[in-house]
Amino acid sequence: MKKQNLVVIGNGMAGARAVEEILARGGGDRFQISMYGDEPYGNYNRILLSNVLNGSQEESEIFLNPLAWYRENNITLHAGVRAETILRKTRVVLSDDGNGEPYDKLIIATGSSSFIPPIEGLYASDGAYKQGLFVFRSLDDCREIAAYAQGRGRALVIGGGLLGLEAARGLQNFGLEVEVVHRAPHLMNQQLDAQAGAILKTTMEKMNVRVHLKANAIRALGAEHVDGLVLEDGRTLACDLIVVAAGIRPNIELGKRSGLAVERAIVVDNQLRSISDPNIYVVGECAQHRGAVYGLVAPLWEQAKVLADHITGANPNAAYNGSKVATKLKVMGVEMASMGVSEPQDENDEIVQFTEPKKGTYKKLIIRDGRLIGAILLGDISKSAYLTQAFDREAPLPDDRIALLFDIGAPAKQVTVEDMPADTQICNCNGVSKGALVACVKGGKRSPKAVMEATRAGMGCGSCKKLVGEVIEWACGGAVEDDPSVHYYVPGVPLTKPELIKACRERNLRSVSQVFQALAEGKEDPASKPGLASLLATIWAGEYEAESDARFINERIHANIQKDATFSVVPQMPGGVTNPAQLRRIADVAEKYRVPMVKLTGGQRIDLLGVKKEDLPNVWRDLDMPSGHAYGKSYRTCKSCVGTEFCRFGVGDSTSLAIRIEDFMKGLDSPHKMKMATAGCPRNCSEAMVKDFGAVAVEGGRWEIYIGGAAGAHVRKGDLLCTVASEDEVLKYMSRFVQYYRENAKYLERTYGFVERVGIAKIREVVVDDSEGIAERLEKDLARSSAAYRDPWKDLVNAPGPNQFHSVLTVIQ
Amino acid sequence: MSEVTIAPLSAIPPGEGRNFEIAGRRLAVFHTRCGNVYATQAECPHKQGPLADGLVGGCVLICPLHSWKFDLANGQPLLGDCRIETYPARLNDRQQIVVSLPS
Ligand code: SRM
Ligand SMILES: Cc1cc2nc3c(=O)[nH]c(=O)nc-3n(C[C@H](O)[C@H](O)[C@H](O)COP(=O)(O)OP(=O)(O)OC[C@H]3O[C@@H](n4cnc5c(N)ncnc54)[C@H](O)[C@@H]3O)c2cc1C
Ligand code: SF4
Ligand code: FES
Repeated sequence: MKKQNLVVIGNGMAGARAVEEILARGGGDRFQISMYGDEPYGNYNRILLSNVLNGSQEESEIFLNPLAWYRENNITLHAGVRAETILRKTRVVLSDDGNGEPYDKLIIATGSSSFIPPIEGLYASDGAYKQGLFVFRSLDDCREIAAYAQGRGRALVIGGGLLGLEAARGLQNFGLEVEVVHRAPHLMNQQLDAQAGAILKTTMEKMNVRVHLKANAIRALGAEHVDGLVLEDGRTLACDLIVVAAGIRPNIELGKRSGLAVERAIVVDNQLRSISDPNIYVVGECAQHRGAVYGLVAPLWEQAKVLADHITGANPNAAYNGSKVATKLKVMGVEMASMGVSEPQDENDEIVQFTEPKKGTYKKLIIRDGRLIGAILLGDISKSAYLTQAFDREAPLPDDRIALLFDIGAPAKQVTVEDMPADTQICNCNGVSKGALVACVKGGKRSPKAVMEATRAGMGCGSCKKLVGEVIEWACGGAVEDDPSVHYYVPGVPLTKPELIKACRERNLRSVSQVFQALAEGKEDPASKPGLASLLATIWAGEYEAESDARFINERIHANIQKDATFSVVPQMPGGVTNPAQLRRIADVAEKYRVPMVKLTGGQRIDLLGVKKEDLPNVWRDLDMPSGHAYGKSYRTCKSCVGTEFCRFGVGDSTSLAIRIEDFMKGLDSPHKMKMATAGCPRNCSEAMVKDFGAVAVEGGRWEIYIGGAAGAHVRKGDLLCTVASEDEVLKYMSRFVQYYRENAKYLERTYGFVERVGIAKIREVVVDDSEGIAERLEKDLARSSAAYRDPWKDLVNAPGPNQFHSVLTVIQ
Repeated sequence: MSEVTIAPLSAIPPGEGRNFEIAGRRLAVFHTRCGNVYATQAECPHKQGPLADGLVGGCVLICPLHSWKFDLANGQPLLGDCRIETYPARLNDRQQIVVSLPS
């Protein structure tokens, strides 16, 4: 299918997020994407400009998508280029560099600009802003402010809303004296009531930010550069620089000029399409939906999802139904959160309120019919997570109103995290729930950084970072990584993997109990046992002293435990090839032992599920087939397609190669499961490109080798390691790679994580180019492990452990 | 309390557990590598996982199904929501496991 052209105008938070969401839905296959951004950068987190200004974050930390991201995703980015015109008839976007981009679908995400109130004297004779006059919207604004502020004395901020206060606090960072000029009678009048506004004013003034209320600026003084501001009441405030933060106006000129319906912003339907043109989507601050225009990021994340669902066809019925907004102020030293209305709307609305002005604390809830419709929290926002959730969901509130304001009598933090329902939204910027964080931890990410990167939690305004950290800690059962034990191979032995291997070799440690004795002061850690057993088997091959208790039940009993304590049995079936005699035997066994389910697995073999522990040895004996190892942290199986023997397209004998691989690899312990596949041609029917190791035959008797592929919880196309000319060579590079992985991967690190962590280039150097001179040794060591293989089913049938297959022993008194 | 001799120590390999049924009551009995014996309820309070099939190290037991952790000595949860029942267990002078059960 020919790709459609998708053009995006605006490379800000909404535009880039919409593209990410589109890519996440496979849109990269459907669209050729190009983006216009008149800022000459990749995409950054605008919210964090406040932190850049106040010095708590570096510019480099706020980038969401650096330029490389666009390249990697095959997106043409016109950075620093402004889109000027949309020719809707011919579907072309023209830009100020004189070029054009044809589109099939267009997304407008032009955001907003700072609103400049009608004040005299802001502009120099050439029509530009006077020197020393700034707005606060972009990274460039931030840089210019920082450059100009050096060595100056006094700054004025016009506007006492969220942005103005963040700017004011940021300017103090440059040693400036800062005053805020605000037209309304109290600060943050959009979000706060008069009482909260007054308390906030006191708090700001305690931090040396002077606040002028009911102060209407009418004229800026100064010839070339600003040096004062005249207020309507006649006062004049002297200054060296002025930052205007008096609100925003959506960037709608482009929409207007191209004839789209525009009111306060470009009017969209529930699919975020302009109501005038179904090929044009609009997202972010320049979109007006059901009369509402948003100036915060949470709504635009929701919009981006719906847009992506719709434009990619992932969910043609996706609809955006508007957002509920909650705000947090990111001013160091001030805790403030607000949501919904700030005053009761009618006499039936209930108000729950607490004030302690001396401490700067104020809490007010507005409740209608037992549900929260608005809240202001100032000074102490410990209840904000709970309240935001109740507000979002319109959940009924508990009758004990005081508990809504305080955690009484308890250092209830821990309890709070634990008690939160899984779908509680923790990061409101990015819509990440407690459940999503917990799932990420369960998926193996154990440091706050890794979890945040994977889920994006805390990567919006950052105000939830603490809570995110608490949830992660809780989910890790306290074992958050960042302590040195992250680097240990297993938590119970304080050594990294190379150190541990060295110690075991030097001290001749061959069993798990010896390792605990020698290296962990005799202290056994049950969770560390399977990892150690796997490593010792790797190091010592046949000379490893197996201890059954060191293994997880699956590898103790060589079957996979099921939820009802029965087991599954998967015999070996190399390459997915079987025969009538085998099938007959399997059928007989299934009947004889009343196996509740016989199933073809995703690994091309047959699973007998629900076998009783007592029956396992008999089932194995009757089957008379070797174990398929479908239960271990070990080599699993090698899938194969039909290959040259029958397929009219086959160019390589994939089945016989798969059988050779299975024969060589069977049962090998490894850091995690290893799944392989071979394909007879690039049609790749056995999915070899998404396996831990895959070999794909190509014309000319050659094989392409892919490593680090995945298509389970994580989907990743394998990296091409090399192309080789024979089956022997496939086995050679497989041996080298597999042994390198066994020796260097962390326990429970699949190859998709390992290859990504180490890098395909490095692995290729070692495995193909032999840069470390270890290639031959790797091959030998793997061959040694392979030669030490014994079929565990036979062993267990012949010599089971004491009472190993008794699910219960009856004591007769 | 009544004491019941259930099996020789050799019935359970070191570091593992086995299930025993005594007068209709099921227990999981463990033999740790340092030579101690412990008895607990047989099924995990979470979703009835077979505790005797769990991993044991020192005094800690990990359920094989979803990795809840318990202290074998007192049944307290180390990871998970609730405790397990424990029963006093000891070895007699003939290396047999003796468990005390509430009568
Ligand atoms: C039986 C089978 C499903 C089926 O009926 O098809 C299966 C069953 C289980 N899979 Fe699987 N997986 C099966 C093929 C797959 C495949 C497909 C494949 O092998 O080609 C995948 C995707 C490929 C991959 O592994 O990347 C797959 C990805 C997973 C994952 C996700 C791994 C990941 O990191 O992405 C898990 C969870 C894990 O390993 O922690 C998992 C875990 C499990 C476990 C072992 C969960 C458990 O610990 O109990 C399931 C055991 C069920 C049981 O009670 O016996 N299974 N599982 C398949 C056995 C294949 C075989 O013959 O060996
Ligand atoms: C300092 C600051 C702090 C903030 N703090 C918070 C906060 O704590 N919480 C919160 O929720 N929100 C906050 N916001 C608001 C938030 O940043 C915006 O809601 C969000 O960035 C809007 O995204 P957008 O994509 O619609 O617009 P933008 O992010 O502004 O992106 C629009 C982009 O399009 C470009 N563009 C415009 N016209 C064209 C054209 N014709 N051709 C090419 N490119 C064009 C613009 O240059 C811009 O890069 C803050 C904003 C600022 C400035
Ligand atoms: S996908 Fe795999 S792990 Fe999940 S239920 Fe199915 S078999 Fe079990
Ligand atoms: S059944 Fe024991 S942890 Fe789930």
